[in-house]
Amino acid sequence: MTQAPVQQLDQIFVMLKHWLVGYVPAAAQPVVSSLLSVVAILALFPALFAFTTVLERKGLGRMQNRYGPNRVGPFGLLQPLADGIKSLTKEDVVPRTADKAVHFMAPLLLVAASFLAYAVLPVGRNMAAVNLDAGVLYFFAVGAVAELAVFMAGWSSHNKYSLLGAMRAIAQMISYEVPLILSSLAVIMAAGSLSTVEIAGRQAGYSGIWPHWYVLTPWGLAGFLLFMIAATAETNRSPFDLPEGESEIIAGYYTEYSGFKFALFFLGEYLGMFAISGLGITLFLGGWSAPFSFLTWIPSWIWFFAKLLALIAVFIWMRGTLPRLRMDQLMNFAWKFMLPMALLVMVSAGVWRFLPHGVLRWIVCFVMIAVPYVLLGRGLLQGKKIGKRTYRFAE
Amino acid sequence: MSLSFLILALLTLGGAVAAMTLHRLVHCVLALTVALAGLAGLYLNLGAQFVGLAQILVYVGAVAILIVFAVLLTRGAEIASQMDSSRQGRFSALAGGVATAAAVFAVLAWVVLHSPTLSAPAATMTQVAPQAAMQQIGDALMRRYVLPLEVMGLMLTAALIGAVILALEEKPEAQ
Repeated sequence: MTQAPVQQLDQIFVMLKHWLVGYVPAAAQPVVSSLLSVVAILALFPALFAFTTVLERKGLGRMQNRYGPNRVGPFGLLQPLADGIKSLTKEDVVPRTADKAVHFMAPLLLVAASFLAYAVLPVGRNMAAVNLDAGVLYFFAVGAVAELAVFMAGWSSHNKYSLLGAMRAIAQMISYEVPLILSSLAVIMAAGSLSTVEIAGRQAGYSGIWPHWYVLTPWGLAGFLLFMIAATAETNRSPFDLPEGESEIIAGYYTEYSGFKFALFFLGEYLGMFAISGLGITLFLGGWSAPFSFLTWIPSWIWFFAKLLALIAVFIWMRGTLPRLRMDQLMNFAWKFMLPMALLVMVSAGVWRFLPHGVLRWIVCFVMIAVPYVLLGRGLLQGKKIGKRTYRFAE
Repeated sequence: MSLSFLILALLTLGGAVAAMTLHRLVHCVLALTVALAGLAGLYLNLGAQFVGLAQILVYVGAVAILIVFAVLLTRGAEIASQMDSSRQGRFSALAGGVATAAAVFAVLAWVVLHSPTLSAPAATMTQVAPQAAMQQIGDALMRRYVLPLEVMGLMLTAALIGAVILALEEKPEAQ
C-alpha cells in the first residue's frame, strides 16, 4: 500500500466493504455491496438513536435541575437497553374501534420512510449508499411519505386526540416544507447539482484555512438558520411539538399506540431528526469536510458525526429552553416570515453567484437579507406590545 | 419483462383495483396512494429519476394529503361510500368508466405507435440512458421551454390567489 495512513483511516470503511465484497462471486457483487451499505445504516443510526435518548434525558435533566437517568449501567448509559426490553414486554393494546390494518401499518411506514432517507446522505468521503443524480429530490420525496404515515396513525386510532394531532402534524409539515425546500434550493443553485455527493464535494476546498462551506456566506447563513428552523418543525420537535403536545392532546397521533409500536414512532421521529440534520450538514456545513484546512487529517466520517452530534445538542438545548408555540403563531411564522425570507435567500444566492469576488458582494448580499429581516420583523410586531410578562394569579 | 416491472405493475394495478372496490373512503385514498407510488416506481424502473421522484413528491406527498383532508373535512370518512344502489345507475357508471378507459388507452396506444423512438433501431433506444438527465431537464426548462414554464407558474399563482380570496372571510367594514 502506497497510500498514506491518514488516507487509509479515512477510507477504512470503504476498503472494508471492498474487501468483503471481494469474497463473493462477481454476479452477486452489486447486491452484496448495497446490502452491506443497508446493514451499516440499519445498525448505526438506531444505535445513535439509543445513545441520543440517554443524552437528551441527561441534558434535559441538567437544564431542569435534576439528575436524569443514572441507575442502569455506568452514568445510566445502559438505559436504552432497559427501555427496549420494557417496550418489548409491554402489551400491545389496539383499540377495539381502531382500523386494525392501517393502525398496524402506520409505524412501519414511518420507520421505513425514515430509513430510506439515509440512502443519499454522504457520511464520509465516498461513503454515500447511492449517489443519485437527484439526491436532494429523493430525500424530500421520501420525507413526504412520512406525512402520510402520520395521518394513517392519527386516523386509524379512532380517537379525537389522535386525529387532532395528525391534522396539526400535517398542517405543520406542509407549511414548513415550503421554506425547507426553498432554502435548500439556494444551495442547489450555488452548487449546480441535485446530487448530495456532488454538493458535499463542492464545499471541500479551502481558501487559506477557511473552508468553502455555504454557511460561511451571508445567504448561506440565513438559509441554514431557516433550514434548521423548518427542520425542527418538520420533525415535530420542541418548540414546534404541537402535534404531540402532551398538555393539550395527550400524545397526538400516537396516543393509541403502546409497547413496541410506540417505540417505533419514537425511533421514526429521531431517525427523521438525524436524517434532516444530516441533509443540513450536507447542504450548508460542508458535509464530511473538516472546518479548517489544518484539520483534514481527521477522517471525514468523524467530522460528519461530530457535526451531527453538535446539531443534536442544539435540538436538545432548544427543547430544554423554548416554550411551545400556539397554532396561529406557528402558521403566521411559516407563511409571513419564513417564506419571504427563504425567497430572499434564493435571490441573494443568485446575486452572490454573479457579482465579482470581493467585499462588494458581501455587503450587497448582507444588506439584501438583513434589511428585509428587520423590516419584516417590525411589520409583524405592529400593534403588539412586547414587554415583561405579567401574571394574574402567580405573582 | 423484468421481475421488478412485474412486481411494480402488480402493485399499481392492485392499488387501483382496491381504490375502486374498498368500502371506506379513506381506505380508497390509501389504496390510490399505493397505485400512484407504484407508478412512480415504474418511472424509476425506466430510469426516469426526475419524473419518478417528482411523482412521489407531488402525488404521495401533496395530492394524497389533499384528498385525505377533503375527505375528513367533508365528514365522508365515517360513512361507507354510498354507491348508486339501483342496477341501472351502476350499469351506466360502469359503461362510462369503461368508455373513458378505452378512450384514454386508444389515445396512448396511438401516440406510442406513432412515436419516432419506436421506429428507430433497438440499439439507439438503449443508448438513451438517463445520465445527466437532471442537467438536461433543467436546461430544457430554463432555455427552450422557459415561456411555458413561466405561464404555468403564473397560472398556478393565479389559482393560489383565487383560492385565498375564496377562503378569505370578508370583514364587515370592508364592504
